[in-house]
Amino acid sequence: MPEAEARVRQSLAERVAPYAYIAPFFLLFAVFGLVPLLFTFYVALFDWNPIGEHVFIGFDNFTRLFGDTRFWDAAWNTISIWLLSTVPQLLIALVLAHLLNHARLRLAVFFRMSMLVPYITSVAATTVVFAQMFDRDYGLLNWLLGLFGVGPIDFLQSGWGSHTMIAVMVTWRWFGYTTLLYLASLQAVPRTIYEAASVDGAGAWKQFRHISVPSLRPVIVFTIVTSTIGGLQIFTEPLLVSNTSPLTCGPARHCQTLTLFLYEQGFGQFQFGYGSAIGVALFVLIIAVATLNYVLSTRIRPERG
Amino acid sequence: MKKADRVRWWTYLLLGVATLACVFPLYWMFVVATTDTATATKLPPEILPGGNFFHLAGLVFTTVPFVRSIINSLVVAGSIGIGHALLCSLAGFAFAKLRFPGRNALFLVVVLTMTVPTQLAVIPQYMIISSLGWVDTLQALIVPGLASAFGIFWMRQHLATTISDEILQAARIDGAGTWQIFWRIAFPLVRPAAFVLGLLGFVTAWNDFLWPFIVLKSPEMYTAQIAIKALQNSYSIDLGLAMSGSFLATLPLIVLFVFVGRRMVAGIMDGAFKG
Repeated sequence: MPEAEARVRQSLAERVAPYAYIAPFFLLFAVFGLVPLLFTFYVALFDWNPIGEHVFIGFDNFTRLFGDTRFWDAAWNTISIWLLSTVPQLLIALVLAHLLNHARLRLAVFFRMSMLVPYITSVAATTVVFAQMFDRDYGLLNWLLGLFGVGPIDFLQSGWGSHTMIAVMVTWRWFGYTTLLYLASLQAVPRTIYEAASVDGAGAWKQFRHISVPSLRPVIVFTIVTSTIGGLQIFTEPLLVSNTSPLTCGPARHCQTLTLFLYEQGFGQFQFGYGSAIGVALFVLIIAVATLNYVLSTRIRPERG
Repeated sequence: MKKADRVRWWTYLLLGVATLACVFPLYWMFVVATTDTATATKLPPEILPGGNFFHLAGLVFTTVPFVRSIINSLVVAGSIGIGHALLCSLAGFAFAKLRFPGRNALFLVVVLTMTVPTQLAVIPQYMIISSLGWVDTLQALIVPGLASAFGIFWMRQHLATTISDEILQAARIDGAGTWQIFWRIAFPLVRPAAFVLGLLGFVTAWNDFLWPFIVLKSPEMYTAQIAIKALQNSYSIDLGLAMSGSFLATLPLIVLFVFVGRRMVAGIMDGAFKG
């Protein structure tokens, strides 16, 4: 019964088809995402030289890590840069999205497109141009400050200076993209709600505070979680900002982040085990901060009255 | 019109400032990329472009194999863009329109993978690439980026809202197999969304830094971003050199953006959360 056989075979192929269609993603994620992540926990237990021996040493890498001031500095730098870049970015995006949502706004397409220009600019290019603008001797910013009798400020030579500088780069690159996400959500809010509020005499601030912000809750939670995961793994900006000692973000490690520290130990010093221990610590930090953020941001609720 | 409905002047002022902030750094990149070191280190700074663009651009091409870098970037970003458009549409189609055991649970897994930080696992990732013999090759950059959870989520949303079950039913009665239904009916209908997704994949891959920085070793394999880093190492020689390289590496995306920026904006806003 060749015909029946063919039908059975076809229906089998049909039944397998959905799994075959989703398989590529799961395969790629397993091989290049999940397995490496789990393997990080394993390698962290070894003294692991990429071209030599690897010896099981239990939790020695972690004991060493917690006694390493460079680790605590890097952890602080990471959190500081993340806070300085995320908070302003989300606030700016909130305000701009609210402004762009006005029904009678002219040049709306032009404004929206401009917002996306930083997003298409690479981190590397962004860092090179901002590093020049923040330069102590020839930078645009110090020249401007000089007109007011301030400075020159050597941004790279201080913790707050280098953190601010990197935070400005991150904020610049992402605020427009976030604005568009917020704007898309705002456009789903019926116009009549704003009109009714306006008739009731609610001004711009009240409309922003009591209509826009609460209706953005899901997308705000989403952007906070993604900027936590992305922001805490920041690498390229601190690497490129100092061209004399890139792996430490300047000789004094003022802006060395955890991922940069991981790179320095793993690929600069060939200590895969110690580098992986840094990765594990970063993982724990990300989970902790993301959970905290999630809990805090779910408290944004529509206010009564 | 009531007063409250008018757009206030400060709305335009604030949006104007934001627009300027978005565009000025690119303009400044161009300015420094066109001036010689003496001018670039002069105070007050020169605000207008100089005449040194071609000299510096020429230096970029002789300092690093920049043509190769741009080609490498095009190959990597192009493959990832096409891979995204196809593989994410296919998976999104399965999740949106096919019934199979475990569908909802598997989709939840896809969404949850978006919250897994994987960049911190670069050491084992490198070990895997190394055991595949892919160090210093472009497939090390292409293969891991061919599909993404974000892309599947996005295409599923588009497929679920664009394609009615009646069309699929009709096709099935006509004897079309699942693959034919996807390829001849579903995919053509969501091609605009898949195109924007491909663009986003292209831009992300073009701008990626950490992973190519780890995997690529020889200058002929560098992508444009790693070439910028290589130019920066000779920063002390000429201030404008790294800037010129940055500008040249950004230029293809600016050109692309002029043509498809509008669709990208619409696509990002369509794919975003509603309500």
